[in-house]
Amino acid sequence: MIGADLYTALPEIVLALFAMAALMVGVYGSKDKLAEPILWATAGMMVLLGLYAGSMGLEATTAFNGMYISDAFAHFSKMVILFAAAVVMVMGQSYMSAAGLLRFEYPILIALSVVGMMLMVSSGDLIAMYLGLELQSLALYVVATMNRDSLRSTEAGLKYFILGALASGLLLYGASLAYGYSGTTLFAGIISTISEDGMSLGLLMGLAFMLAGLAFKVSAVPFHMWTPDVYEGAPTPVTAFFATAPKVAAMALIARVVHEAFGAVPGDWMQIIAFLATASMFLGAIAAIGQRNIKRLMAYSSISHMGFAFVGLAAGTEQGVQAMLVYMAIYVTMNIGVFAFILTMSRDGKPVTDIDSLGQYSKAEPLRALALLILMFSLAGVPPLVGFFGKFYVLWAAVEAGMTWLAVAGVVASVIGAFYYLRIVYYMYFGEEIEPMDTVRAPVQATLLVVSAAIMVLGVINLFGIEGLAALAAEALVK
Amino acid sequence: MGITDITFYALAITLLSAGFLVTVSRNPVHSVLWLILCFLSAAGFFILLGAEFIAMLLIIVYVGAVAVLFLFVVMMLDVDFAALKGEMARYFPIASIIGIVLLMQMALLFGSWQEAESARSLRQAPTPDIAEMHNTKALGMIIYDQYFLLFQVSGLILLVAMIGAIVLTLRHRKNVKRQDVVAQMQRDPAKAMELKDVKSGQGLG
Repeated sequence: MIGADLYTALPEIVLALFAMAALMVGVYGSKDKLAEPILWATAGMMVLLGLYAGSMGLEATTAFNGMYISDAFAHFSKMVILFAAAVVMVMGQSYMSAAGLLRFEYPILIALSVVGMMLMVSSGDLIAMYLGLELQSLALYVVATMNRDSLRSTEAGLKYFILGALASGLLLYGASLAYGYSGTTLFAGIISTISEDGMSLGLLMGLAFMLAGLAFKVSAVPFHMWTPDVYEGAPTPVTAFFATAPKVAAMALIARVVHEAFGAVPGDWMQIIAFLATASMFLGAIAAIGQRNIKRLMAYSSISHMGFAFVGLAAGTEQGVQAMLVYMAIYVTMNIGVFAFILTMSRDGKPVTDIDSLGQYSKAEPLRALALLILMFSLAGVPPLVGFFGKFYVLWAAVEAGMTWLAVAGVVASVIGAFYYLRIVYYMYFGEEIEPMDTVRAPVQATLLVVSAAIMVLGVINLFGIEGLAALAAEALVK
Repeated sequence: MGITDITFYALAITLLSAGFLVTVSRNPVHSVLWLILCFLSAAGFFILLGAEFIAMLLIIVYVGAVAVLFLFVVMMLDVDFAALKGEMARYFPIASIIGIVLLMQMALLFGSWQEAESARSLRQAPTPDIAEMHNTKALGMIIYDQYFLLFQVSGLILLVAMIGAIVLTLRHRKNVKRQDVVAQMQRDPAKAMELKDVKSGQGLG
């Protein structure tokens, strides 16, 4: 039996063993000189595992006494997480090397954090969920502080750590209440208790606390305060990582908890999630207007995007989960493109992050400026780009579920948010000419930027079939 | 009210008041000492529940190792706790309002607390009869068998913590002389010593 269990959890086990082997190689080998090969090997491993997760079929199996669930939903999320993590790591390699931050532990910590994320999306138990989350976060706290000689990076790591610990506390408290009422930590057990004995006040409190703890991890308002500071302070490749894979994992985990454990009482969590969605969409859209630093701006942008993903979840339907998954996949693709660009922003060999330095960028680099223009329009949700379809799907799911007000709020927030995306485009094409940025040859970043923009344009044909995969995933989750 | 109930309430009151004092006491060393009292009363709860092994673990690990380490850290760090407390006073009104609201909700919850009917039968790891198996063995069966996955993941978390501590603090200094065992073994008198015949009245030149 243990053999079958281990086989079910093969992707996690392989990645964890790989990370440990790489650690041994790094420690007993020539240390940081090996950082680059280890990074590439880790990325290759993640791509392989992503392909494997994608090919794992539709049948749902549970392992380790129901604590680990392997179904289409988990496979889809793992695929997005693994590909995003691999791409972001490769993309940031030259930046980390140039800043002298590429230590051999960096890819290993990222790999272990990805193991945590994979466990999160596969968890079928409150304890498994908490441990996955903690494995993920702990590694992220460390990589946020990677630039330990910089005050900002240290501050970012510390802030993230302390607030993360608080969120874990809330989550654990909620989990203990849920356990106390239902007598079990298994999601399957909790849902059977609810359908037999109804939703008690204790379980409701547990649910509220757990959602608060989880909302912190996706930086939903009102648990978002850490996001801008951490995004600004952490090294840019790490920020790019924060904005992609962990968000997908936490979002998928929330979907898993509300549907798998509390699916029998959608009314109770739909209102909480609808509130988180509305608050995040508006705060993200409005607070970003005053930002001059592009990393802080992307932080607020990600808050707002999480709000939109929550709209899909708030619908509480299979269609809603599908829309959320599609939205997250599109969001990750767009963010990879934008961060690939931010990584190339430099003046006199030093990275810059203020948006004023984009003035007249289109003259210096027409192709990259065009790609960024497409991405900004897509982030803003301007039709007919892919970003528009992402927003359309989640809002449509809300309308179908009878939450027209939420969809209207989403449209309004989207219009407000368009202002700051378009302002970046304005600076690039019509802004004041100031001291121009370096023209850096950055083949990896430029390719990713252009490819990501191309996906935003070409994807309108059929979204590269991701819709069908997301539909299968949503079907597996919402029974 | 039996002896168990009295013990329970005594321990509960001690635990809560000690927990409160951890946060409000002026001297951080006192805070750690109150924390130790918290751990001790929590260990008392476990004994009441018949889980003597966990109670002893709590005392050995938390009181014996963690709290003592805290004590060292608090004594060694040069942190101006008075300034931190001053900062806290600024946010105290809003924090206390939130705290009171939460407390009232908890009271509401306590008033209507009711375990689900199926909860008892759903329990994953009920304590086995003492005649059948002792606690330590039962615990081992759960951790290494039923909760195998969780046990391994906890191990990974500790590994990350270890890597993290090293990444954030280890600095490879240059020009540090380290012991090179092979080089030491290779030395022989011929290489280590050089005999010079110094003539009287003259230096080595």
